[in-house]
Amino acid sequence: MKSFGGNILFLDRSDINTDEIIPAKYLTEITKTALKPFLLEDLILEGFDPAVDINGKQVIVTRANFGCGSSREHAPWALEVNGIYVVIAENFARIFRQNMYNCGMCAIELKTETIDHLFNIYNGISASVDIDLDRGLLTFSGGGKVETVEFQMAPFDLELIKAGGWVEYADSKY
Amino acid sequence: MGKTIAQKIFDSHLVDMPYEGVNVLRLDAVFCHEITTPIAITDLEARGKDRVFDPSKIKAVIDHVTPAKDSKTAEQGKILRDWALRHKIKDFFDIGRNGVCHAIFPEKGFVRPGYTVIMGDSHTCTHGAFGAFAAGIGTTDLEVGILKGVCAFKAPKTFKFILKGNLKEGVYAKDVILYIISQLGVNGATNRVMEFTGPVIDSMSMESRMTLCNMAIEAGGTVGICYPDMVTVDYLWPFINNEFENKEAALKEYSKWISDSDAEYEKVIEYDLSSLDPKATFGYKPDQVKSISEMEGTVVDQVYIGSCTNGRIEDLREAAKVLKDKKIADSVRGILSPATPAIYKQAMDEGILEIFFEAGFCITNSTCGACLGMSNGVLAEGEVCASTTNRNFSGRMGKGGTVHLMSPASAAATAIAGKITNSPLYKG
Ligand code: SF4
Repeated sequence: MKSFGGNILFLDRSDINTDEIIPAKYLTEITKTALKPFLLEDLILEGFDPAVDINGKQVIVTRANFGCGSSREHAPWALEVNGIYVVIAENFARIFRQNMYNCGMCAIELKTETIDHLFNIYNGISASVDIDLDRGLLTFSGGGKVETVEFQMAPFDLELIKAGGWVEYADSKY
Repeated sequence: MGKTIAQKIFDSHLVDMPYEGVNVLRLDAVFCHEITTPIAITDLEARGKDRVFDPSKIKAVIDHVTPAKDSKTAEQGKILRDWALRHKIKDFFDIGRNGVCHAIFPEKGFVRPGYTVIMGDSHTCTHGAFGAFAAGIGTTDLEVGILKGVCAFKAPKTFKFILKGNLKEGVYAKDVILYIISQLGVNGATNRVMEFTGPVIDSMSMESRMTLCNMAIEAGGTVGICYPDMVTVDYLWPFINNEFENKEAALKEYSKWISDSDAEYEKVIEYDLSSLDPKATFGYKPDQVKSISEMEGTVVDQVYIGSCTNGRIEDLREAAKVLKDKKIADSVRGILSPATPAIYKQAMDEGILEIFFEAGFCITNSTCGACLGMSNGVLAEGEVCASTTNRNFSGRMGKGGTVHLMSPASAAATAIAGKITNSPLYKG
């Protein structure tokens, strides 16, 4: 199982699609690591510079419908090879969300008000989050403030994370 | 309480429910292409699990970049080709016989009402036009599908759409689905089955229903689904005539999938589409939709007609009606990619290719090509393309390019004018 948590990259936009996360022209790569330099290369977000902003971040906090569009699992992989195993959002596109858990990564949904609050308090300063999967707790800290937020994770999703993904789970079971 | 079509399909395919709401379904078909499958194959190999659950239920095609454009795409094709050979996957379509996945697989009769289908491609929702549960999935789900013939889905919550009225002449399934997406938003149907019913659907061809269902994912939908009816049976008849005594018998059998009249829906949404006019997208999200009449005059550099959305014979016919005896503007690069070789051949026989050719279009082989900005018409920074495809995301057809989605007739008219305009087929 991966270890989750760390410094936060805030992406203040809804509907970030998988073409923005990893453009189609890189789909010809056959290794995950080759995707590393191209994460969020085409993201439309004012002031965002992938070359500077991604470095040293392990968690993304963003708005609604993250990961919509193409089914490419290259999107979670591009996050994975950059050491980002967690995305926290209001909600996710179905395929992207499933891909995250299938890869043993975490897609956590929080209420709109909570996401708004996180943006208000921590966006723009250096902030981080600790994640306790078993108890369903996120502990945010930054700017001298520490606070804990609860989250829900379906038991099946947690089992996928612990089993190391869906291939191993399904092959042993079906 | 009755059941929806998706619930009936789930119930008849349920293998396991490891947790409340997690439905592991048996799959009737697993479709594969050369962009998302090779990486699944190499991963299965690395895990020592290079097996397939049933080669007769796996169908594969090289369609996204074909012929290969460089060593990397050649390698992707090779991995898929070698794998199909190794596992005796007979339904593998390589160059000369290959076409865009969501056009060629239905054309070969691989989808039936009541089927469960997955593919590592978000537009797999297209096949719901046949009354199937067909969903796009990622590489890991694809691996499990290939290996075990199962896939896990959440219980299917359904939005029922009742589409009433008569579409005006020159208004198509593409305009209908763009309108619906604009009403729902790109996230409006996430995790939902979109069930399309009503007189507008009843009078649509299978091609139009596929166009409609193709874009369900652009509203977040898992699948767009239409009830099987005589139109479905007529389309499938060459493939099923040895299974049924006559078409009525086939219809009777397939009708069992149709949602019960007392089925439970999360939402029922009714639209009267009698006054709908031709639509196009602006901006970078497929829910950013306006009437073409509001966008008149927007200059374009390229017009692309093709793809799993609108590269079928019916689409080519409508565009050809507009292009006949006309020339496209000097400033426009026109590109046509008939979605499959059979469509290509038919268009040739009907004189449609000649019309495109005379109008000044470049006609490419059947491929995804420019739709995803990988080959055959990639845009330069700042360029604008009127396209019959399904995604106007930033960078989709080339970094810095803009895409306006529209119907083939509107795209053809736009090619002639050099700027966005309504087709003369639309009598508004
Ligand atoms: S035509 Fe475009 S949308 Fe359709 S499968 Fe190919 S790349 Fe995807």
